[in-house]
Amino acid sequence: MSVTVRIPTPLRKLTAGADEVAVEATNIGELIENIEAAHPGLKARLCDDAGEIRRFVNVYVNDEDVRFLQGRATALKSGDEVSIVPAIAGGC
Amino acid sequence: MNIVRALKCRECGQEYEIQPTHVCEFCFGPLEVVYDYEKLEGFFTRELIESRPQTMWRYKELLPINGEPTVGVQNGFTPLVRAKNLEKALGVSELYIKNDSVCYPTLSFKDRVVSVALSKAVEFGFKTVACASTGNLAGSVAANAAAAGLESYVFIPHDLEQGKVLGAGIFGTKIIGITGEYDDVNRLCSEVAGKYGWAFVNVNVRPFYAEGSKSLGYEMMEQLGWKAPKHVVVPMASGSLCTKVAKSINEFIKLGLVEDNGTAIYGAQATGCSPIAKSVKEGSDLIHPVRAKTIAKSLAIGNPADGYYANRVIRETGGWAEDVSDEEVVAAMRLLAETEGIFAETAGGVTLGCARKMIESGKLPRDESIVLCITGNGLKTQEAVVDAIDKPRIISASLKEFDILAEADGVK
Repeated sequence: MSVTVRIPTPLRKLTAGADEVAVEATNIGELIENIEAAHPGLKARLCDDAGEIRRFVNVYVNDEDVRFLQGRATALKSGDEVSIVPAIAGGC
Repeated sequence: MNIVRALKCRECGQEYEIQPTHVCEFCFGPLEVVYDYEKLEGFFTRELIESRPQTMWRYKELLPINGEPTVGVQNGFTPLVRAKNLEKALGVSELYIKNDSVCYPTLSFKDRVVSVALSKAVEFGFKTVACASTGNLAGSVAANAAAAGLESYVFIPHDLEQGKVLGAGIFGTKIIGITGEYDDVNRLCSEVAGKYGWAFVNVNVRPFYAEGSKSLGYEMMEQLGWKAPKHVVVPMASGSLCTKVAKSINEFIKLGLVEDNGTAIYGAQATGCSPIAKSVKEGSDLIHPVRAKTIAKSLAIGNPADGYYANRVIRETGGWAEDVSDEEVVAAMRLLAETEGIFAETAGGVTLGCARKMIESGKLPRDESIVLCITGNGLKTQEAVVDAIDKPRIISASLKEFDILAEADGVK
């Protein structure tokens, strides 16, 4: 059950510069744990002390914001693409 | 005099050297430009500012560039209009319109942020600039980049108003329409910015870009006779303008240029995209992203990056937030046009519509000074009102035919 995770620029120091990493996981919560095991330090960047995804971090599964899905419980299947994107501004 | 100290994370306080980056490496919090204000003591006076040309750059020490601006040198300094007719219509005693619908050169307040962002991009040595936009920003980036001799890419939702698409395309920019909402455009741009070495005004140079909005607040206070108003109403998409108007007031107070007038900041959103207003009304600081659905496309950001901070500014200053339906937006656009001769875009209808609602509910007092920030021009969002206004009555070039019309109108 391997999914591709796109790593944003500010986190690439933790992935030895890689902009994509492959991770085994069946849901987003598990993905965060497994990505932490492979690239220590990433979880603390993505989640607050309570383990919730940080306010300024957006996680997308195949272009859908996990906040509109089941958050950390959002299921993953082989071949899914996960993007981690810092919140950015526009409009007024 | 350069008083810029660093970029600082708004969440964890980590400081970074001035560079084209926008998020904290440690917590992903947004970075903000911080200054050493004490260096301006005794130097940055009302007299100095008044002696300078009437552009947003008369406040350049408080904008994060080195030395003189290189892009958008003439931008800003829009009229502050005392809205006597609108005062009567709304039953208030002191109302002003900060009219950025005539901002130079592309008729929206985005010319302020873009001139800072592109001046900074030139400083950093970028040759190509880009943005994710709901329309106004695209036009402003395209125009200001053209004038500065920079290449530009602008990314917009595919279904924007014709005036916004045309108002960017004419400048020879590379314009990309994304099938999806603004939030999808934003996400793509965040990834494009990571891959291509461009200055994305609202991604990697965003901390500098966002500071440009403060100039609207500085002008408002200078034009009021070096006074902060009691109440300011601003439209909210990401919530950035709301926070920057508050910052501009705090800076002027700190520098002794105005007295603290206890200014309250009010946010306006369209009901079809009102995550920030909803959080304020619920007394919460949690912003739940929404799927945007409103004619006020320039405000249609369902996942507002600065929503949390806008919420905090509103609550801390004793302001409020409101939202209005699309019908109320159109009605307010007409009201502003018919009372003050100002044709604002849909976002202006949102601002006035929400102000009206807050006056009626008592959230905005009737007997204290109120400034409404009108941020864009109605000629770019004609679709919204085209069915609501009278069509011309067609007659031949005959005095007799006109006499009949005049009589019907009751003209003596």
